[in-house]
Amino acid sequence: MADIVLDKVSKSFPDGTVAVQDVDLEIADGEFVILVGPSGCGKSTTLNMIAGLEDISSGELRIGGQRVNDKAPRDRDIAMVFQSYALYPNMTVRENMAFPLRLAKLDKETINQKVDEAAKVLELTALLDRKPANLSGGQRQRVAMGRAIVRQPKAFLMDEPLSNLDAKLRVQMRTVVSRLQKQLGTTTVYVTHDQTEAMTLGDRVVIMRGGAVQQVGPPQELYDHPRNLFVAGFIGSPSMNFLHAAVQDGSLHTALGDVPLGDRVRRELEAADAPRELILGIRPEHFEDAELVDDDTRRRGMEFEAPVDIVESMGSDKYVYFTVEGEKASAAELEELAADAGAADFAGGGGNLVTRLSAESAVAEGQSRRVWFNLEKIHLFDPATGRNLTLRDGRAAGALDD
Amino acid sequence: MATGTETTTRAKLRWGLLDVLVVVFALVPVLWIASLSFKTPATLTDGKFIPREWTLDNYKTIFDTDQFVRALVNSIGIALIATLIAVVLGAMAAYAISRLDFPGKKLLVGVSLLIAMFPQVSLVSPLFEIERQLGLFDTWPGLILPYITFALPLAIYTLSAFFKQIPWDLEKAAKMDGATQGQAFRRVIAPLAAPGLFTTAILVFIFCWNDFLFAITLTSTERARTVPVALSFFTGESQFEDPTGAICAAAVVITVPIILFVLFFQRRIVSGLTSGAVKG
Repeated sequence: MADIVLDKVSKSFPDGTVAVQDVDLEIADGEFVILVGPSGCGKSTTLNMIAGLEDISSGELRIGGQRVNDKAPRDRDIAMVFQSYALYPNMTVRENMAFPLRLAKLDKETINQKVDEAAKVLELTALLDRKPANLSGGQRQRVAMGRAIVRQPKAFLMDEPLSNLDAKLRVQMRTVVSRLQKQLGTTTVYVTHDQTEAMTLGDRVVIMRGGAVQQVGPPQELYDHPRNLFVAGFIGSPSMNFLHAAVQDGSLHTALGDVPLGDRVRRELEAADAPRELILGIRPEHFEDAELVDDDTRRRGMEFEAPVDIVESMGSDKYVYFTVEGEKASAAELEELAADAGAADFAGGGGNLVTRLSAESAVAEGQSRRVWFNLEKIHLFDPATGRNLTLRDGRAAGALDD
Repeated sequence: MATGTETTTRAKLRWGLLDVLVVVFALVPVLWIASLSFKTPATLTDGKFIPREWTLDNYKTIFDTDQFVRALVNSIGIALIATLIAVVLGAMAAYAISRLDFPGKKLLVGVSLLIAMFPQVSLVSPLFEIERQLGLFDTWPGLILPYITFALPLAIYTLSAFFKQIPWDLEKAAKMDGATQGQAFRRVIAPLAAPGLFTTAILVFIFCWNDFLFAITLTSTERARTVPVALSFFTGESQFEDPTGAICAAAVVITVPIILFVLFFQRRIVSGLTSGAVKG
């Protein structure tokens, strides 16, 4: 067991493309860290560099305090679970799991004992004599995990280990992975493109975009206090709503009405190079049916009226889609997010507003409805840099902050 | 539906007939030679497919002559050694070609293709001179070397196609599990490429076994003469005797190793050996 430190680690290819840029990351002993981001963000390359399957162009990688830049994968004492599982098809499950131990030249008895132990943990005992071809997807996945845990390495690396499973199995295996990691207490780096996996599994999440780290923190912190537009849009499902907002005489002109601004944000906007246009972000759960809001709460937000497009009742609450008019919010980050999620999943930049209202709301499709939203929970972003202007000392403070 | 099955049955029948025709066309000469080899000299030219008088004299004759047995040993030895070396070298070259990106890779592939296409006839005289100078003429290595040269492109092409099918992740996994590059190749990749190795071995062996051109130019005595050449030197007991029966018997005998070789390795060419390696 060991900590993993990435010190300004970069990866560039001979043709000049930079896949990973100056990644600084300290992973504590026993920590479960998730690397997440859209495809091509450099998360897998980063993992491969930690594994030793790809060379590090510059920077330093330390495992357990030791520089391992030039060490072969087999000398780093880390195990990896591949997206494709990469089981050896010519070997039985037992042989697959014993392979790393046999290479380590352990005696037969110890090997058998360790394999049996790992098999028990992963409920593979009955399958030990089968070949991978005769296993289901979930079973293969467990064998791949077994091969990784059997030799008790310093760290686990997992490259989208669940993405080949069907949705139900994925949720199931997610808890298996989580429980296993807690049980073994082994440092784990886990790569995924699925933000739900990132939110549910990790102690800390690293969000990457275009080879650079955007923000590192516990899932809840990333959700509540996104440092920039990309993080805000990437984390959360359904994603945050983004609206175009024009700065006018100390308030914001948006499709939801004029949003008042607190002193702190206003001061920031008074600077000479301050943007004249902003992007306003609100999460779906920060809306509420205006009829259901008590007076005390009402004062902390504002209301608007819009035609209801679609109502999706989830039982516990209702997802209500509104059509709002006005200019679309546009920024490079939003386009990237939309391209990654597929336009259907990402309503963020469009004229659609996704809200999560209480189940008691009497909202109906085709009607117009008054909706309240919480001004303390809104975020304002600079469209040029993507920076979150409402952050104070790293905490989101809303629009009214003094 | 009814008409559908009817047409497929009729189509099957048509194809079946066509297949039988092709097989008969290909096999009749072989069977004819087999039949001739069992005939006595007197009935040799009677034109009957099934011999009227069966005899094993022809086989006795060829195995009595030292010439043929010696040639058989030469053939088996030379073909096996050439096959082994060509497959081992070819496997390593093909692995490098399919996995690595090294300078001159395209050149290597191009040159090996060039060798495969080069007319062998035009190389025979220079080879003859070179081998005489080097003292390789009329020796086993004198034949093994050109065989390897011409079999390698074949081996490299077949094998690299097989290696490309093996998921790269398996190799990465082996490395992560603590294997060296060599161990990863020997213990993970090579077993999976086994069908490819056997296919290549069969092709190379047949190529070496059947060669006549190099064998007749680069040998002069029984030291290295292979069976196809020895056959052409066959004579009867006396100059008045026609060796047809003996030649046919020898022809039958030399097809046997090939059939055995193919049957032996065919069992090992199991398709779908890599199934279950990656996802599902």
